[in-house]
Amino acid sequence: MNGALVVIILASLLALALGVLARRGRDMNLEQWTVGNRGFGWILVFLLLAGEIYTTFTFLGASGIAYGAGAPAYYIIAYGSLAYIIAYFMLPPIWRYGKKHGLHSQPDFFVHKYNSRTLGALVSVVDLIALIPYLVLQLTGLGIIVEVAGYGAVSKEVAIWSGAAIVTAYVMTSGIRGSAWTAVVKDILILVIVLWLGIYLPVHLYGGIGDMFEKIDAAKPGFLVFAASGMSVWWFVSTVLLTALGFFMWPQQIVSTYTARNAKVFRRNAIVLPIYQLILLFVFFVGFAAVLQVPGLKGADTNLALFKLVTAQFSPVTVGIIGAAGVFTALVPGSVIVMTAATLLSKNLIGLARPDVTNDQTVALAKWLVPVLMLIAVYFTINGSSTIVTLLLVGYSFVTQLFPTLVCSLMKRNPVTAAGAMAGILTGVVIAAVLTFTHATVGSLMPALPQAIQDFNVGIIALIANVVVLVVVSLLTRTQGVSVAAE
Amino acid sequence: MSLVRILPVVPFVGIFIGPLVHNEVHPLILGMPFPLGWVTVWVVIIAITMAVVYSIDPANKTEDEP
Repeated sequence: MNGALVVIILASLLALALGVLARRGRDMNLEQWTVGNRGFGWILVFLLLAGEIYTTFTFLGASGIAYGAGAPAYYIIAYGSLAYIIAYFMLPPIWRYGKKHGLHSQPDFFVHKYNSRTLGALVSVVDLIALIPYLVLQLTGLGIIVEVAGYGAVSKEVAIWSGAAIVTAYVMTSGIRGSAWTAVVKDILILVIVLWLGIYLPVHLYGGIGDMFEKIDAAKPGFLVFAASGMSVWWFVSTVLLTALGFFMWPQQIVSTYTARNAKVFRRNAIVLPIYQLILLFVFFVGFAAVLQVPGLKGADTNLALFKLVTAQFSPVTVGIIGAAGVFTALVPGSVIVMTAATLLSKNLIGLARPDVTNDQTVALAKWLVPVLMLIAVYFTINGSSTIVTLLLVGYSFVTQLFPTLVCSLMKRNPVTAAGAMAGILTGVVIAAVLTFTHATVGSLMPALPQAIQDFNVGIIALIANVVVLVVVSLLTRTQGVSVAAE
Repeated sequence: MSLVRILPVVPFVGIFIGPLVHNEVHPLILGMPFPLGWVTVWVVIIAITMAVVYSIDPANKTEDEP
């Protein structure tokens, strides 16, 4: 056993201990397990909301996309900050409504606003299709990190099973509290490591950040700016706007919202989170530093850029500490995702058939769904097919389809009917899936349009279709309702 | 429209102007390629904007809303 592996194992045990201890004699009823009794102050809510920034996807993926694609990576810095501006106005009313009606999941919100359990069930299905691949992604990342940072001493499979077991144990014991406590350690580790790597590597290897970019620009002209077509500036603009809208549509983000003690928590976080997100810049710097140092990684292997560079540069114990941080970036989001999925499956899908179920029965079922969902995720992770990879792309565009329905429900007089909401969401989701699986672009569908519009993110089409159907069906069902009333 | 509603719209335009009108590596901003540096500066502006909005937003004046 090497030094790196010892550090990683110790960190994993620390995560388990913290996650289980987070319970501290509390009675884990539904309210406590899912939303921490709505008593979290701004730091814990901050860490839960920021959890989305540092998943394994960003740790491996942000450095990987900077390494593999260059300029398109810039969108990752831009969209989160815009999402926090939207959150300043959107989250306080969502939180207030959640508290007033005792909501525990994101589908709950739709059920109450639209007075339709069917809509809640539809939203749950959309959520699950988005969440399971997201969980698979965390486990996949965990496997890669432990295998590479442990110098191959432990296989991916062992790492994935261990990670899944740890998350299952503390989620079943402590619910969202376990996630919040482990998030504290995760963010401190990540903050220190990313800042240090992002400054040390460019300075050590290139003489400075400016020097590094000069050398990359000289070696690969055009790599650091947007392409003239394809992933052009207009792709950047449309992708940033689209992902900013989808950012808080992830069901775990809404659950994190419910945990807050008061509404000011979100407004304060809208100031701090953009700055905090800039830490991602340093992840980019590591990815860019790898461009000329470990060239030749292709396809999915670009995600290894950070760890390839790190194992080439540092001693095993240092690699182990970096690997441990990586493991935390998988465990914490993974735990929030599995808890969210278990809750909405128990309450909004299975609960649909049994409307008289009590909260205690709902939470008991949800806790036992955690290992079930974990097993499904482990199965897909180990037998990973290309379909799962495509589903991942689809996940973000799926949850984005909830945006119009959710925003309209915040209006004083909501013009959207439950039927309109369902038709709109279904249309958007089906189109998003077809577009992703056929690898269509706006340009391939409508080649006559100007180049700028051809380069728009294809997800815009699904969202526009969603809104059109939502408006039309709402108008139709609304007049129908009026005429029925008149008769 | 109050300032609380107008100010937050500005970054939705501002953050894109740099890359749209000047998609070149040079001049570097804080050592970064121009589009990345531009976005970075705007993220800081967003934080400052939201701090201003927070301080003038009447919603935060009511102590410990329920």
